[in-house]
Amino acid sequence: MSVRENTISILVNNTPDVLARIAGTFSGRGFNIESISANVTINPDVTKIIITTIGDQDTVTKLEKQLNKIVDILDVKDLTDVASAQREMILIRMKVTDVNRDRLKQTVDTHGWKVVSTAADCRILEVTGDRQEIDRALTVLEPMGLDDFTRTGIVALEQCKS
Amino acid sequence: MKLTGAQVLFNALQQENVDTIFGFPGGAVLDIFDELFRRDIRHILVRHEQGAIHAADGYARASGKVGVCLVTSGPGATNTVTGIANAYMDSIPVVILTGQVATSMIGGDAFQEVDITGITRPCTKHNVLVRRIEDLGRTVREAFHIARSGRPGPVLVDLPKDVIRDVIDENDISWSVTIPNNNNNKHASIPEQCMAAIDMLGKAERPLIISGGGVLLGNASNEFRTFAKKLNIPVTSTLMGLGGFPASDPLWLGMPGMHGTYYANMAISNCDLMVAIGVRFDDRVTSKLDAFAPHARVLHIDIDPASIDKFVKSHLSIVGDCKPILEYLNQRVSENGFSMAQTQGWLNQIDLWKKHAPLTYCRSEKIKPQHVVETLYRLTGGNAIISTEVGQNQMWAAQFYHFDYPNSFISSGGLGTMGFGFPAAIGAQVASPDRIVVDIAGDGSIQMNIQELATAVNYNLPVKVVILNNGFLGMVRQWQEMFYEKRYSHSDIDNVPDFVKLAEAYGAVGLRATRPEEVESILRQGLDTPGVVVMDFHIEPEEGVYPMVRPGAALTEMVLSKERVAA
Repeated sequence: MSVRENTISILVNNTPDVLARIAGTFSGRGFNIESISANVTINPDVTKIIITTIGDQDTVTKLEKQLNKIVDILDVKDLTDVASAQREMILIRMKVTDVNRDRLKQTVDTHGWKVVSTAADCRILEVTGDRQEIDRALTVLEPMGLDDFTRTGIVALEQCKS
Repeated sequence: MKLTGAQVLFNALQQENVDTIFGFPGGAVLDIFDELFRRDIRHILVRHEQGAIHAADGYARASGKVGVCLVTSGPGATNTVTGIANAYMDSIPVVILTGQVATSMIGGDAFQEVDITGITRPCTKHNVLVRRIEDLGRTVREAFHIARSGRPGPVLVDLPKDVIRDVIDENDISWSVTIPNNNNNKHASIPEQCMAAIDMLGKAERPLIISGGGVLLGNASNEFRTFAKKLNIPVTSTLMGLGGFPASDPLWLGMPGMHGTYYANMAISNCDLMVAIGVRFDDRVTSKLDAFAPHARVLHIDIDPASIDKFVKSHLSIVGDCKPILEYLNQRVSENGFSMAQTQGWLNQIDLWKKHAPLTYCRSEKIKPQHVVETLYRLTGGNAIISTEVGQNQMWAAQFYHFDYPNSFISSGGLGTMGFGFPAAIGAQVASPDRIVVDIAGDGSIQMNIQELATAVNYNLPVKVVILNNGFLGMVRQWQEMFYEKRYSHSDIDNVPDFVKLAEAYGAVGLRATRPEEVESILRQGLDTPGVVVMDFHIEPEEGVYPMVRPGAALTEMVLSKERVAA
């Protein structure tokens, strides 16, 4: 079976230790968390956690079954092959000098990226997109004075069933 | 009316019909023990918290009820961890109540503080730190519900001292048990799956049933026996499944796996249909996975979907409680139109295997452990509850005491916990005061919780301990003999105590047998003596457990005895 990145969407009761339970299930049973994002849902007592993990279908099925045993987990969905939107966000800090100032502005404008914080010699850019788009943004910005970045895990939402 | 947290706790226990607790007091649980003083609940004071959790476990296994254990914070709580892991591996319903420092102190490295919910997260079915008295009653009731529902398991409830001392108006207590949606209960249609199963059963020419602890936990022994007898399918039961099918039945093949019978392992290796009921295919059962049941289509019935296809791929699975599933199958099988394929040739073949290599041992001038177990079986008419420690004693008990009834064999299957058997026997004796309870022990294992002799004597729980004393950590020694060229590194216990004197020191009766001809009389005397009796049998020091499948080998590659390898 082919190994690939899988996106798992988990609905949980918003208890203090539910993240530890999920992380423990991954580490204790030999699965790996590639990226994670979590926040409350429409119902503030319920949190949605999106985890990406690398493995074949067999591994993901086993993982889903183990996660479903956690009492505070309400639902587990594998979104990998489901019609869904999957996005990440990245904040990128760029050093600004007289040499790159104009070119950076032009690049940001061309791509429709946002400048979310400005200092005398720094800009923080916000880019959202799927993983490839973020990777491409990094490739473009890297030679232009990239200083640091923070990248979120994937957030994903399945399309409504028609 | 105002109630304290301690009162709410005991009201919750009362609602769950708890009449017995195994525990040990300490600073963080003084208020709970103070309330216990006024309550009509039996408390068995152990001598070590590990004894409390194992006793609660043994109580649960013998009674089918949820076992309850109450200990203090910090070391009291950590002392239960091995027992919690033990109950978790064997899916035993136990509720562990631990004291905790006051909520305002949590996280500050207070005296006797430990993050016990953190420590036990991977070895409990669920655990909760109760932060508010409003949640206390509901949480305790939920713990019992979770412990016994679905695939059972241990649930720990951590009780901070201030929550227990707090007061609440009776009307403000929430009792309603709300268990989050359990996705593992979303099963496919059972009738549909059962019809497919019946189709598989009808076509099989070499069918075999492998049953496990799930049959006992599901209280399905009667339905299971009917099923196997109706279809005339031979049965092998794992260590955890012993007693789920009568060992005296001709369809019975004994235990499979590493120390399973030749014929059970041959049947697994040659069957064309394996019906697996309430088993999780432990590595001690399957040995080399690629060579396990290589010709079989697998029908797997289990309550835990995570057990399905975990190691052994099933061709058909039915997820659910095995009792109603077996009832349904039995009904359908009784209807007109169902017939089995011709299986007589298969049954004849199994008989030949049984004759080729029966479970046996050689007598000698020294006491043979198998002889002790066989004699114990005969003298108790197979009616005793047998607990075991772990290692050779456990395997000899499993092989030579023939279990006809459910909930009669109490043994640490998954975790393999030395020191389990004796406190578990105490718990079983509390649950079944009218039955003979015997712990079959080794001289190594019995020393791991020997202090519980005081508990047994204290409460006049007449547990009989049969020590198969070989002066070795016997199973370790056997592996060293077979795989480490007899380098007996630290398996030779040089200084075994005088168990007779030790028993007497605790106020129990101690007996000793050193020659084969003494075995029966000492066992008789021990069983006839009221109260706690320790029987010390000095056995052949280098006796091995056979058959044995080397770790990682195929089930067909059995060493049948020191001299004989399976052909």
